[in-house]
Parts: sequence; structure tokens; C-alpha cells
Amino acid sequence: MSIDTTTAGTAGEKQAAASQTVLPAPAAATSNVKIMRAAGIALLVIGLAAPFMAGNFLIFQLTMMLIYAIAILGLNILTGINGQFSLGHGAFYAVGAYTAAILMDQFGVGYLWTLPAAGMVCFIVGFLFGLPALRLEGVYLALATFALAVVTPQLFKLSPFEHWTSGVMGIVIAKPDAPFGLPLNPDQWLYFVTLAVGLLAYVCARNLVGSRTGRALMAVRDNPIAARSMGVNTALFKSLAFGVSALYTGVAGALGAIVVQYISPDSFHFALSVALVVGLVVGGVGWLPGALFGGAFIMFVPNIAEELSKGLSGAVYGVIMILMMYAVPTGLGGLLKAALGALSKRSMNR
Amino acid sequence: MELLAQQLITGIATGGIYACMALAVVMIYQAIHHLNFAQGEMAMFSTFIAWQMLAWGVPYWLVIPLTVAISFVGGVAIERLVIRPLGDAPVLSHIVVFIGLFAILNSLAGFIWDFTIKPFPSPFGEGSQLGGLISNHQIGMIAVTMTVLVMLFAFFQYTRVGLGMRAAAENPESARLVGIRVGWMIALGWGMAAAIGSIAGILIAPIVFLEPNMMLSILLYGFAGAVLGGLTSPTGAVFGGFMVGIIENLAGTYIPVIGGELKLPIALVLIVTVLVFKPTGLFGRTVVQRV
Amino acid sequence: MHNRRNMIKYVGAGLVLSAGLAFPAISQAADMPGVTDTEIKIGNISPYSGPASAYSTIAKTIEAYFNKVNEEGGINGRKINFLSYDDGYSPPKAVEQARKLVESDEVLLIFQSLGTPSNSAIEKYMNMKKVPQLLVATGATQFGNPKVAPWTMGWQPNYQSEGIIYGRYIASEMPDAKIGVMFQNDDFGKDVLNGLKAGLGDKADMIVAEASYEVAEPVVDSQVVKLKASGANVFINIATPKFAAQGIKKAHEIGWEATQFVANVSNSVGAVLTPAGLEASTGLISTAYLKDMQDPQWADDPAAKDWNAFMDKYYPDGNKLSSFTTYGYSVAQTMVHILEQAGDDLTRENVLKQAASMNDVKLPLFLPGMSMNTSETDYFPIEQMQLMKFNGERWETFGDVISGEVGG
Repeated sequence: MSIDTTTAGTAGEKQAAASQTVLPAPAAATSNVKIMRAAGIALLVIGLAAPFMAGNFLIFQLTMMLIYAIAILGLNILTGINGQFSLGHGAFYAVGAYTAAILMDQFGVGYLWTLPAAGMVCFIVGFLFGLPALRLEGVYLALATFALAVVTPQLFKLSPFEHWTSGVMGIVIAKPDAPFGLPLNPDQWLYFVTLAVGLLAYVCARNLVGSRTGRALMAVRDNPIAARSMGVNTALFKSLAFGVSALYTGVAGALGAIVVQYISPDSFHFALSVALVVGLVVGGVGWLPGALFGGAFIMFVPNIAEELSKGLSGAVYGVIMILMMYAVPTGLGGLLKAALGALSKRSMNR
Repeated sequence: MELLAQQLITGIATGGIYACMALAVVMIYQAIHHLNFAQGEMAMFSTFIAWQMLAWGVPYWLVIPLTVAISFVGGVAIERLVIRPLGDAPVLSHIVVFIGLFAILNSLAGFIWDFTIKPFPSPFGEGSQLGGLISNHQIGMIAVTMTVLVMLFAFFQYTRVGLGMRAAAENPESARLVGIRVGWMIALGWGMAAAIGSIAGILIAPIVFLEPNMMLSILLYGFAGAVLGGLTSPTGAVFGGFMVGIIENLAGTYIPVIGGELKLPIALVLIVTVLVFKPTGLFGRTVVQRV
Repeated sequence: MHNRRNMIKYVGAGLVLSAGLAFPAISQAADMPGVTDTEIKIGNISPYSGPASAYSTIAKTIEAYFNKVNEEGGINGRKINFLSYDDGYSPPKAVEQARKLVESDEVLLIFQSLGTPSNSAIEKYMNMKKVPQLLVATGATQFGNPKVAPWTMGWQPNYQSEGIIYGRYIASEMPDAKIGVMFQNDDFGKDVLNGLKAGLGDKADMIVAEASYEVAEPVVDSQVVKLKASGANVFINIATPKFAAQGIKKAHEIGWEATQFVANVSNSVGAVLTPAGLEASTGLISTAYLKDMQDPQWADDPAAKDWNAFMDKYYPDGNKLSSFTTYGYSVAQTMVHILEQAGDDLTRENVLKQAASMNDVKLPLFLPGMSMNTSETDYFPIEQMQLMKFNGERWETFGDVISGEVGG
């Protein structure tokens, strides 16, 4: 136990160190940006090369990781940027997945076209959900969203909708082949589709954060009353944040349905929503690239836990989660910020 | 009319389960101002400990105080060993730790005691009243919930420790200034929440049967009840628990076609609606915000 | 001690696994994936975590049984390497685990993957890859359709035929029946209910009330009260063990004097009727195909003794009260039978062919008179069941062995 306390202690110190470097010197800041950019490019190169070096099974896992990352990115816009909790993003993931599956299954829509459709449907659903959620804060919002996650799978198996949703039997989806005779197998092709969507999502999210709207969203997070008095329409921006966040998660859900080739109400147990929150926190709340690490965490760590002990895999996963929170209480994003902060401080002193 | 009366009574009986859990939820909220997602699993684990002692032949009258005591110590230990090292990490990090605790307790219980349902004997014996609509056990459970509620009320209102605990949760800095040992107040809150949870578990297990996943949904209903009544009010939580039980049963019985399939969603939608008009719950206090 | 040993075993397995990833097995014949001269790799997917974790007992029993087979020399000298992964009852995870088993572990086949959603999720993939998905652990009617999915085969009697048996019995024996049905709102509940209606035929209007419940609900009291108020005198309880026990108990408490039927998945004396109360359970009607090991009538049965010896030696942690252990034991025996039939020709094609040509195969724990039969057009190994009534102490079978007749 004493070990844990010390790690937590050092993490705390790191945090303190990070918060001391309030405004790093411009030179140091650019060097940080350079490091980040180099890391980003390296990641991208690895991401592009991976499907040619890995087996199909690993490609599938990486694709799922990217999909979770997109979903977590959406959650990050809501929680990290706009400061609203959601324990129910699995619901938007499910809505996106069902939109895509029903469009393909019942109406023969091409799989790529289902992505924007799922995004639009989820934006509307999210925006509408955001309206009553406006009145709720903190734990109350957490409960309302959690309720949404519990309720959504039940809605999809409701008998009046069975004609479209196939009820509890779920919908089987055909796996698309690579178009234009590209020399890629379906797994590789879907990986690149997901990677492209993921990059687009990331770039859009970054631009959003940097924009006027993004600043308004953050103002609402940091001090809603002050933001309101400065003329920011907090109600609109909070609902918008819900809508945009749901859009991201819905697109991820649609991709998930295409990649897994099957959906049913059981695919969207509220454990999915919980996993997304875990991914968000592990990656770092408010740090957009953290979504990638969060996605990797919820995709791969349960497998590691299972290999350590099948009977106790849940317990092992739980222990890893808790240790993670001791080691990096603010997620990998927080750790990175602290590390970069320390780095730039050193370069300043030099 | 007869069916209505029957469903009302059944709703109250079921609501008793939720009220019991809601009380435990409010207890921990008073102490730490978080919703503890592992609370249900802690109660489940305590109940398994009680079951194990019964299986070893420890007499019932001894099992209950022992379980409550063990749970209290366990709750304090969890706070000291698991939660405390987190320090003032963000709320979401706490939530992840709760989720981790949830996974650990659930998995451990399944590992040790298996997932087969186990009957748990009722302290109030078998038999039932009102034509079987409410069992003696359920009446006993409601009575115990009420007793715990009164005791909690008195504790928070009239004892030094209770007042200190509330102060520590609401405003740790000021509480520290007036000499309250905030850290220990929080640990005490965890201990009491675990103890109340163990009582809830022992009362609930005879109805739903004991198994590692027994609290999964009850915790959600408990949250719903607590939020409906107001997280700051034990009375509200108990009232909310009963309301959830009644609303759910009436919706399931009287709303055609979708009522039966959507008992829980309808209850939850109603709760969210209440929250929209009364964001701190029916009995909750409004918190004034400062810029 | 035992647990730590298991832990080491799993860590060891993990290391072997990761080594396997790096160096694909060399000595294996090209047309017999998952098979070497000394080993047969069999995959399995079960919920070791999550809401359905109770079912993991089945896979644990199977693993124990394969350990027994291996200790006794294996199958034609080959040891079974049973790779069982956790999907938490989540279809996307099941797909991941199936791909891991097929593409990275290169198993011969996947056996007893559990749950309708998980099996639906992997069915298409398995058939595309032409990897047998054998003896799946679900009674959904869709898993026995050789025209659509020739590589997927069920095992247990399907849910629908169980419902048909109840329906026919009520239609012919209980002309004054007014039926109240409680069912779990999923594929299992709906399949049995549909079967019931089919079995009742033109008397389907005997059903006066239906009440569904979700697995997320803590209790089913409200449903039982509602059904009683409908005036029903027959209570059909289509529920998984926990809810079935609650239903039986509640019906007894409110003094509902109905003839009760309980689904086969929930007729275990130890795991359902005892918790519900033996007095409350008296008079229950159900169906069976396996002997209930808690039933005193089998106390001196040699097959029961074998089972007890197996449990004591190979699965001492296992719960003998749970019917999942007899289920797992029997389905593992079926798998061993198929592999033995395949002899040294352990290609996927031949194993599937053997699975689809079972002729009057009797398992030790089958009720007397039952057997398994399959053909290229019949992918339902067990189609027989027998009605039985609980006398307060044990089940008494009555009537003939009945065949369900549901085709794909």
C-alpha cells in the first residue's frame, strides 16, 4: 500500500509542478509544439503502415480501437471542452449503429453514406437530449445520462419497432470490400476508412476548440454565470455541445456496426458507456489526442487482464484502472502536460 | 380497482428495496459529495460475508451485528487505502476508481462464491400479509429502513459527529478551521455508508436471492430514488425509493402495449422530468452558486 | 493454493499464447488447422464477466472434462487444448474473440460459444471462414439451419420446441385452461412463447395475459400479481433461474392456485426450486432431457456416480447444485464423441461431417430413451424431451419421450 501512496504523492507533485508553469516562455512553447507535432506525425506513419505489417485479427482490433477513440473524442468535446458529464454515451453509439444498420439492411444504402446519416441523427438526438439536460448539473446529469444508457437498448427491442430493428435477434450486416480494385482486403480497407474518419474527426475537433464557438464552449465550462453575463447563450452552447458530441459518438457507432457486422440490443449494454468514460479519463479529460490512448486502453487492457487471470479478469482490470488513477490522476494527457511543462521549465532555466 | 390496490401494495413492497438502497446512497453522498458506483457491490459483498458466516453455523443474531461491524471497518479501510491516496484528483478520476472497485468486488465475489443464486434466510421469518401481497420480510424491511432513517436524521441533526460530517462534506476548509478532522470524517462516512449498505444487502437478499450481480439494477433504482427525493435529504431518498417502486409498477400495469416492456424507462423519464422542474429533487436544498 | 496455481497456469498460457503469435505453429498439417500429432486446439467463447457470468460454469465444467480426457490419454493420443475466452456477453467482443481464436490461435473449431447474441454475431464470420461453430450454447431456432449456415450447429433442444410441447399438452389435457405467461424479454422468452402459441394452435386464445420482464429488473412481483389478477389458472414461467425462482415464490405467497410450468433452463432442484421453496414448487411441470443430479431417483445410477466422481476430482470448486455442470459435462462428451468419430482425419470438413452424422448417440446423463441424431439436413442434435412434474422432493417424468418438430 505504501508504494501506492508514494506514486500518488509523486503524481501530485508533478501536477503541482505543472500548474506552476503557468505561462511557459514562447520559445519553450514552440519546442513543445514541435515535439507534439513530431509525435503526431510518427503516430500517423505507424498508423498508415500498421495494416501492412499486422495480421487481419490485429487490424480488426486496431480498427475497433480507432472507433472507440472517435467515440471518446466525442465524449471529450462534451466533458473536456464543455464541462458536462455523460455516463450515457453508449446510447448515442447505439443510435448511430442502429441508424447505419437499418439504412443498410432495410433501404440498401451504401455503407459510407450511413456515416453522415448516423452523425446527423445523433446530432439531433443529442441536441434534443441536451435541452432537458440543461437544467441538470453534476450528479443529476450523470444520473440522467446513465438512465439514457440503460434505457436505449430496451427501446431498440421494443416490439412496435421490431420491423426495423429485428428486436432481440439483431441485424447482420455484410462486410464491404475495398472499392476500385484496391489491393486491400476488407479488414485493411475498413481500417483505412476508420483511420480517415478518425483523422477528419480529430481535425474538426481541433478547429472547433480553436474557434470562437470552442472558446464559448470552454467559457461555459469554466464559469457558466460569467459566460452568461458576457452574452454567451449558455443554453444554446450546452445543447450544441451535446449534439456535436453525440454526432461523433454516433459516427463511431455506425463504423462499429459495419466493422463488427452485427448489432443487437445486447451490443450496447451500459458497460459500453462506462468503458467510454474510463477511456476518456485515462486518456485525459480535455486533451483531444488522449482519446487515442483511451481507446487503446479500453480495447486492449481487458484482454491483458483476461490473460493474467480468467476467473478474476474483472478484478485485475479494476486494479489496473485504480493503479492508473494513482499513477496519472489526470490521465495520460495530464501526465504529458506535466512532463512537457517540466521540460520547458528546464529549457527556460538553461 | 382491486388490481390497482394490489399493484400499489406490491409497489410499496418493492419500493422498500429501493428506499433501503437510496438511503445508503444518500449516506455516502452526505460524506463525500460523490455518487459511489461501487456502493451496490459493497453491499453485495457484505451480504456474502453474512451468508458465509451463516453457512459456517454462526447464529443469526450474531451474524447481523458482526456483518455490520465488518462492513464498517471495510468501508473505512477502503477510504483509507484506496480513496485517500487519490488526494484531490478530479471528480472523474474518482469515478474511474469507483468503477474499478465495482469490477474488483463483483469479480471477487463471483470467484469466491460462484454465480449460482443462493437463498438468504429472512430475519423476520416466512409468511405474508394482505393476501400475500407483502411478505412479513418486506414489512420488516420497511420498518428497519424507517428506523435507520430516524436514527440517521437524529445523527446528522443532533450529534457533534454528525454535524461535523456534514460540515466536512459541504465546506472542508471552514470545517478544518473550526477543528473538525475532515479526513477522518470522510472515512467515517464511508464506514457508515458501508454499514448501512450491508443492512440493505441483508434485507434485499431474501427477496431477490443472493448472487454477485444482485445489486446491479437495484443500485440504479436506488440512485433514481435518491435523486428523485433529493440527494441531501435522507427522508427524501426513502420517499423517492417508494415512489420509484410505485410508479414503475403502475406504468407496467396500466400503460398498454409498451408499458410492460418499458417499466424502467418510464420511471426514469418521469424522474428526469421531475428533475427538470426541481433540479435538486423533491426534498433537496437549492445550492446557491457564486461567480 | 489452487487459485494461485491457476493464476500461474493462466500467466503461463498467456506467455505461450504470445509466443504463438510470434511463431505460428510449424508442425501442423496444412489442411488440418489446430491439429498436430499431439494436440487438438478447440476454441470457446463464454461470459466470464458481465451480466451473464453465471453461465461461465458451463465452460469451466467443459475445461475440467477435457482435463479428465487428457489425463486418460486424450483422443487418439492427442490432447485437447481448450482455449476459452471471455466476451462478457457482448457481441462485438465475441467477434473479436472469435477472430482471435480462428486467425491467431488457429483453432480447429469453436465449440459451445454461449448466448444467442454472441453466436448471431459470429455466425456469418465462421461460415465465411468455413470454421465449424459446433454445439452452440443457445436454443435459438436459427442455429440449426444447414442451408443458410452449414458450419453452425446447435446442441440443446431448441426453445421453440419446448414451447410447443407445453402448448400441445395444455391444449389436449387442460381444456379449461386460462393461461398467464411471464417471459423474459429476449430471444429465449420470445421463442418459447411463440412455440407455446404454435403448440396451442387454434386454442391460442387460451392465453389471457402476458407479462414480460427485463433482466435489469430486480424483482418480478408486479408481473406475477398482474397475471394472477387476469384470472389465469395456468402460470407459465419462462424465465432464467433467478427470476423463475422469484416467480414461483411469489405465486405461492399470493396464494395463486394455478398449474405452473417452468422452462427447462430453470428446473434445477438445487439452483431454482430449493431457493424458491420446495413447498411452493410442488406440482410444477417442466421438461427435461438430462438427469437432475440432485434428484434422489438417480442416487444409485452408475452414470450419476461417474459424474460425482468427475466433479470431485476435476472440478472440486464447481457447484454440484447447478444444472450447468451436468450440461457442460454432457456437451463436452458430445464433442469428444465427434472427435473420436473423426479419427485421424481431423480436417474441419470431416469434423463437421461427423457432427452431422450422429446416429442414435446416447449420453450417460440423458434420460432413458433419449438419443442424439443429426444428418446433413438436420442440425438439431437433441430434439427429444420428456414432461415431468415436481412432487415436492424430486421430478417425476410422465408420458412418452416427445420429439419437437421444428425445422430450420
